[in-house]
Order: sequence, then C-alpha cells, then structure tokens
Amino acid sequence: MRRSMLFLPGNNPNMLINGNCLGADAIIFDLEDAVSPAEKDAARILVRNTLRYMDFGGCERIVRINSIDTPYWKKDLSTILPWKPDMILLPKTGAAADAQAVDAYLTELEQQLGMEPNTVALMPLIETAMGVENAFSIATAAKRVRALFLGAEDLTTDLQCKRTKESKEIFYARTRLVMAARAAGVEVYDTPFIDINDDIGIREDAAFAKDLGFSGKVSISPRHVEVINEVFSPTQSEIDYAYEVLDAIALAKKQGKGAISLRGKMIDAPIVTRAQQTISMAMALGLGREEA
Amino acid sequence: MDIKQIASAGTMESSDVYVEIAPGNGTLEISLESVVVQQFGDAIRAVVLEVLQEQQVDNANVRIVDRGALECVLRARVETAALRGKGNV
Repeated sequence: MRRSMLFLPGNNPNMLINGNCLGADAIIFDLEDAVSPAEKDAARILVRNTLRYMDFGGCERIVRINSIDTPYWKKDLSTILPWKPDMILLPKTGAAADAQAVDAYLTELEQQLGMEPNTVALMPLIETAMGVENAFSIATAAKRVRALFLGAEDLTTDLQCKRTKESKEIFYARTRLVMAARAAGVEVYDTPFIDINDDIGIREDAAFAKDLGFSGKVSISPRHVEVINEVFSPTQSEIDYAYEVLDAIALAKKQGKGAISLRGKMIDAPIVTRAQQTISMAMALGLGREEA
Repeated sequence: MDIKQIASAGTMESSDVYVEIAPGNGTLEISLESVVVQQFGDAIRAVVLEVLQEQQVDNANVRIVDRGALECVLRARVETAALRGKGNV
C-alpha cells in the first residue's frame, strides 16, 4: 500500500535520516533533480549507506536514479542495488525501450548479487509527451514494472504550457496514465502538488486524483503527507458499506440466491471487487473488523 | 595509497560532517572538531580510520568537522572525500 510517497533529497543527511518518521508509506531518495551534478557521487554513497544502515520499518524505500540519457544511471544502480531498495524510480521514461534497458541492467546486477530475478521493482516516471503517449507499452515493458508515476512539472514544460494549480493542462495525461496502468494491471501515482503552504489545495488535488483512479500521490513536502494518507484511506462509511456488501454476498451464497440487492441497488461483481479492495486496504491500515 | 589532490565532501549543516582530505607527509594525520568529541571522539576517529583503510588511504591529512552526523553519514562523507582525493569520481 502506497497512499503517499515522499521525495527526500539524496544529499541531505538531516532529511534522509528522519525519513522514517514523516508518515509516508514510501520514501523516495532522490539522486536526480535534487542533486547537483557535482554532488552526484556524494549523494549516491550517502543513499547507499542510508539503505544499508537505517531501519525504515514498514516504510518502503524507493530510489530515483538519474535518467538513462545521463552518464550516472548505471553507477547509481550498481551502488545501491546490494542494499535492496524496494523500487527504482526511472525519470523521463519515454518509451518501453527505456524501461527495458534499465530492466536488463537490473537483471544483470541481480544475477551478480545472487538475488532473485525481479526482486527490485521498477516505476517509470512519465513526464514527457512521448511518455504519456507510450504509457501502456511502458507499463507492460517488463515484469518488474509495478507502477507508473506522472510527473507534471517536466511534462508541462514539454507540452509548452503553463503549470497551474487547477491542473486542467494535465487532465488528459492523468486519465491516460490511469487507463494505461489499470489496463496493464499496475499501480499509478499522481504528481506532487507544488504549493507547500496550500492546505486546502493539496486536499482537493489529492481527492481529485483519487476520484480519477490513482493509487496514491507523491509529495515533495512532509506537510502534505498526512492529508494524502487521509484522502487515500477508506472512510469508515466506505468500510462499513464494504462489509455490508461482503456479508450480503455471503448470506446470498448460503441461501442459494444468484442475484442480490443492497440498499436498493443490485450487487454485481465490480461492486464486490471494490468492496474487497476497500476491506483489504482497511485491514492493512488496522481499520478492519475483527474476525470472530 | 596516496591522495593526489585536496578534496572535500559533506557540509557544515546539522546532521552532516565536513571532511577535507589532502596529500600527506608519509603518514595519516586526522584532526577532529565535534561538539561531542569528549564522548564520541574515539569512536569517530575509529570509523574514519576504518573507512580510510577500506579505501587503502595511508598517507593523507584529514580534517573532520562533525555537526552531529550519524555513523552512516560519516562513513559516506569520508569515503566520498577519499575517492575524490584519489581522483576516482
């Protein structure tokens, strides 16, 4: 479960060492944009040591490496992989071939290190027009691709349009990515909300992303994590309804009924699936019903 | 192995450590500034020595200015400074 993912600059020890107490479901150690070219070596070693020595509990550890058009990405991977990050975030993924190049090198490293194939997952960051158009082929490029992530800042630069708080300019990209990811059977994460001090804006933006089908949202500020977690968690009434659905289905099965209704609405397979997803998330959050 | 050039790594910011390394005069000299030098000075020096040994550096002048860095940060900064000093970046 990744409701929230928080970016931490890879060369900032003060933030890295506190990453596990900022409330995010996943931490993204950033070796790319947050690190100047002169400090790439230092950040890489610091992130490697953070992975090696720090305990992040249940918080997932993701590393954003440098893109494959830079001289850094292979060194990034060979340095950090022995300490088993959960996932690699690949910036500027424009085509399936980009993800496949990284997949091939990860496979080579996993073999060298005696790790099971596909131990480390891959999350392409889609932040170009080409990437959006190729979203489905990227999502299905390799077995280790487990999620897509929309990056709106670079995307709007590529689209030659203004990035606004209303985000109308990324509506197509958002829906396109959700569609591609769901069709491929992988998760999908929404772009960060960049106004750190707008508490209402982040809530509205996260809620809209959830309504579109995103699995969670990425943040560049610890301030946004709590709101994102709240928005992407099921509410008590959603949990109650999900249990009602499953109870009604169980009862109908016992009584040999084929079709049932609840609260005046037919309960069909998609509703049951959604209820199961809600319960599964509620259980993961400790909000589920205690079974007798 | 000799350090070929003066190099540094890290910052003076909280939770970080600044490490400066320079060509030595045949030995390894380490100077340490830290607010916790009384309590952790020996431990910090031991970690610095261990990382320098791993990097096969035995001839250098090393200046450490600690700002409350955890061991994993200290190790990272010393390693980075040593690699930069050897020209291996």
